[in-house]
Amino acid sequence: MHKSPQLNKHGELQHLLTIEGLPRDVLTRILDTAAPFTEVAEREVKKVPLLRGKSVFNLFFENSTRTRTTFEIAAKRLSADVINLNINTSSANKGETLLDTADNLSAMHADMFVVRHAASGAPFLIAQHMAATGRDHIHVVNAGDGRHAHPTQGLLDMYTIRHYKADFTRLTVAIVGDVLHSRVARSQIHALNTLGVPEVRVIAPKTLLPTGIERLGVRVFNDMREGLRGVDVVMMLRLQNERMQGALLPSTQEYFKSYGLTPEKLALAKPDAIVMHPGPMNRGVEIDSAVADGGQAVILPQVTFGIAVRMAVMAMLAGN
Amino acid sequence: MPTASQLPDAEALCAALADAMRGRIDPAATALVGIHTGGLWVAERLHAALGLKTPLGSINVSFYRDDYSRRGLHANAKAARIPFTVEGAHIVIVDDVVHTGRTVRAAINELFDYGRPAKIDLAVLVDRGGRELPIAPSFCPRSLSLPAAHKLALERAADGGLSFQVIEK
Repeated sequence: MHKSPQLNKHGELQHLLTIEGLPRDVLTRILDTAAPFTEVAEREVKKVPLLRGKSVFNLFFENSTRTRTTFEIAAKRLSADVINLNINTSSANKGETLLDTADNLSAMHADMFVVRHAASGAPFLIAQHMAATGRDHIHVVNAGDGRHAHPTQGLLDMYTIRHYKADFTRLTVAIVGDVLHSRVARSQIHALNTLGVPEVRVIAPKTLLPTGIERLGVRVFNDMREGLRGVDVVMMLRLQNERMQGALLPSTQEYFKSYGLTPEKLALAKPDAIVMHPGPMNRGVEIDSAVADGGQAVILPQVTFGIAVRMAVMAMLAGN
Repeated sequence: MPTASQLPDAEALCAALADAMRGRIDPAATALVGIHTGGLWVAERLHAALGLKTPLGSINVSFYRDDYSRRGLHANAKAARIPFTVEGAHIVIVDDVVHTGRTVRAAINELFDYGRPAKIDLAVLVDRGGRELPIAPSFCPRSLSLPAAHKLALERAADGGLSFQVIEK
């Protein structure tokens, strides 16, 4: 792989496009930086002035209320001005190209783009275009592109694991569900490998696994009970109904029977295992309500940590 | 560069600072906030020496620094911890050294995001001059003048002993 376009010539983060290829010390630095931001939310004034006067554009070419909201909150708690563009309902429908949109917004003095796009590589394309046209002061954050990557989700998951488990190098982590369509799974796998987790498992039916997934450094299980045995962390994925094309699954009931996380299946993991989910959850499809609302679930803390992690990423980028 | 014997004695200054504050603050109604990292070490000493009732606070001014746009986010930022109600409190900000005054300004701004204090004082071991803002310590046992390129830094040994070092920037 060529030099990461995410890092500037000093090895500092210029953009956050993917976790793949980011050095361990950069990942750790982001997690360390997020920690003090968790406390900002507990203040009378839930704001720090780091991004005062900066304009952050949320460019969402694909709907995602939750991700957009958490980025918006994070930017506002850094005192940035936030402009939300839902391009579904905007110029792209009138035929404007991605780079024309980016050019127009940078002519409005944007400082940062937070990009969600159904096409893998869209945020990368914008970052490359900014570099090629000498606009290095504009930073790009990937908020999920196609099946490729969702780096801030991967980072907030790592923050959550570290919060509850401390040492990555002693963990067995299972990622369960629709790996095929999941950019979240790819970001998680790269992050877990980079941070030194010795065993990363993926658990899914063959139809929901990309071919060659083993090459990413994971152990594959088609039997959920076998795969959950002795794990410290269970990372559930959402069954991406809207991405399903053709008959990959017999039915959601059938899926729940084999791959839904129930208390009975969770009992095979370590007694202190934590259960994570990136949201939004499909109760009764990939996760049983008794688990989602149970004592081992850390799904809501993930949301809270996600804001601190996104604050850290934006504060680091804007300062570099 | 000053020799070790010319450097201020941090331990003696901690004791002198506590003496200067004793009788001039109310131990039942004063809160200390140390600025990470050196200021927090001094604040821990003062808190014990003065027998203060309010738990010790700490702040990290990384999120409030005025040089962020030039130097980026400070590495190793620590979380602030303000375990008391700022609204209406008498707070003494504690740092090891006051120089340009910019750190103190950032600390005051940060405290106001927790509430409106009744009064803020500033306690430091050393005033080394070179102020760039209209800020003056309320309690300071030692003044000295150093070239701008020298940084006076407090260090803590493994046994907890405090000492000053001069670092050439």
